[in-house]
Amino acid sequence: MSTPFPAVSFQNVQKSYGDLSALKGVSFDVRPGCFFGLLGPNGAGKSTLINCMSGLVRPTDGQVSIQGQDVIKNYREARRLVGVVPQELIADPFFSIRELLDIQSGYFALRGAAQNRWIDYLLERLALKDKSDALTHELSGGMKRRVLIAMALVHKPQVVVLDEPTAGVDVDLRKTLWDFTKSLHRQGHTIILTTHYLEEAEALCEDVAIMKGGELKALETTDALLCRHQYRYLRVKTMAPVASDALVAPLQSRLEEQDANGFLLRLEKDIAINEVLDWLGQSQVSVQDINSRDATLEEVFLDLTGEAQ
Amino acid sequence: MIPLSWLGGWSLFVKEVRRFYSVAVQTVFAPVVASLLYLLIFGQVIDTRMEVFSGLDYSQFLIPGLVMMTILQNAFANTSSSLIQSKMHGNLTFVLLSPVSPLGFYLAFVGASIIRGLAVGIGVLLVGWIGFDLTWQSPAWVLLFAVLSAAVMGAVGMIAGIVSDKFDHLAAFQNFIIIPLTFLSGVFYSIQALPGFWEAASHFNPFFYMVDGFRYGFFNASDVSPGLSLLVTLVFFLIVTVINLILLYKGVKIRD
Repeated sequence: MSTPFPAVSFQNVQKSYGDLSALKGVSFDVRPGCFFGLLGPNGAGKSTLINCMSGLVRPTDGQVSIQGQDVIKNYREARRLVGVVPQELIADPFFSIRELLDIQSGYFALRGAAQNRWIDYLLERLALKDKSDALTHELSGGMKRRVLIAMALVHKPQVVVLDEPTAGVDVDLRKTLWDFTKSLHRQGHTIILTTHYLEEAEALCEDVAIMKGGELKALETTDALLCRHQYRYLRVKTMAPVASDALVAPLQSRLEEQDANGFLLRLEKDIAINEVLDWLGQSQVSVQDINSRDATLEEVFLDLTGEAQ
Repeated sequence: MIPLSWLGGWSLFVKEVRRFYSVAVQTVFAPVVASLLYLLIFGQVIDTRMEVFSGLDYSQFLIPGLVMMTILQNAFANTSSSLIQSKMHGNLTFVLLSPVSPLGFYLAFVGASIIRGLAVGIGVLLVGWIGFDLTWQSPAWVLLFAVLSAAVMGAVGMIAGIVSDKFDHLAAFQNFIIIPLTFLSGVFYSIQALPGFWEAASHFNPFFYMVDGFRYGFFNASDVSPGLSLLVTLVFFLIVTVINLILLYKGVKIRD
């Protein structure tokens, strides 16, 4: 859907819990139709930011809007535009999956044959059809996660937020989930993803924001973020194990990892491979293979946040 | 035809009614049986020894009080337990993510509590009609007080459900506030039979006016004027409604 507004706009969003500042004035926009990654270590403020956006938490200050609709002043319109898959698994002891989807449709004033067909489609697409009469406590963790996804999509929101959707989820469900999410993205939906699996974010996201301590540390396209990183990596496979003290000083200072098969070097981007080959020769290393690659999102992330996910 | 903007609230109301109906043994039949036990024990023991209003058996006096007590306690339990369970299971999130307005949210929960209160009240009343020759003089007063009192207690239960973080908090609210106030509201006696201090103290108990006004509908006799009972109940309803709407609009304890 074409819109003159950003899919989501955060303007100086602040949230405090007593003395704790969970968000310290976060401002950025999410492009319409973008597959957007919101990354950060635990406690970075990602979920708080998402909760401010979905209306689950009221910001202490600042403004959040979905396609130009303020989430406080125009909450009805804003909530019709966004569907959130929450991080925590949710149960309901009274209603079956199908009933829950019917009820949720009712909250959005959606009724009738077309809505029933959409619910059928969601159940089919998320492999929940066989369980549509089951109660949530009868489902596995992965199934519950699928129910949450169906609930978030029941009103066909333009912006879909997935808050760590693959935490504790098996490979099959991951594939189902990502296939479905990619098809939603192709249809023009904006997808906002938070995840601790950075390889997933790198593969899926067009833009990435990195948060730490309630502040935005970086926001760029994934490619730009990876290119901006000042290092690349060289995997050297050796014919025999090499002791690190056998390497010349320039190699030792760039040594990232080492094992029986060789070592990994972290190189500044302006260092020529010839120069590295000279250092390897000086160290009398018998090289079997060399493999060069750019930084991964995980390495960029670690560089920006200074901690592991 | 329900306006589109109210459909969300209506859906929530229907869901809340279906919720208690799906466990009707616990939410409707059990309270009816408990009230009938009160009736059996107190009614049989005291019937021959006490006349509260002129020409009236104690059992006949007791039934409207028991009906109202059941309505009050169940209306309170409906909103409070539904909210605390939804918070504990996390499924309140589904409603909070929807465009249902705070007013729609309030009316849906209170509406469902009225339905449950009336369902349980009618159960007790039926036994009164069948077994104890009970008649009502002013059905409109009976219905008015039944609905209004259920609404009040639904709204009180909602405040309790919102501010409670765990079942323990809710149990404290129920055991130390709701049950004492209902038991001391003239369900089992006319407050005129109390010593002076306790009779005066009873006038500060809002539940007393609900029970007394409701009972007036049956006997055209009451401890205080039914107009005063209606006024107090309406004012109490207004107060708890305003408190609820402030809590919901601010998102206290549920959007934090």
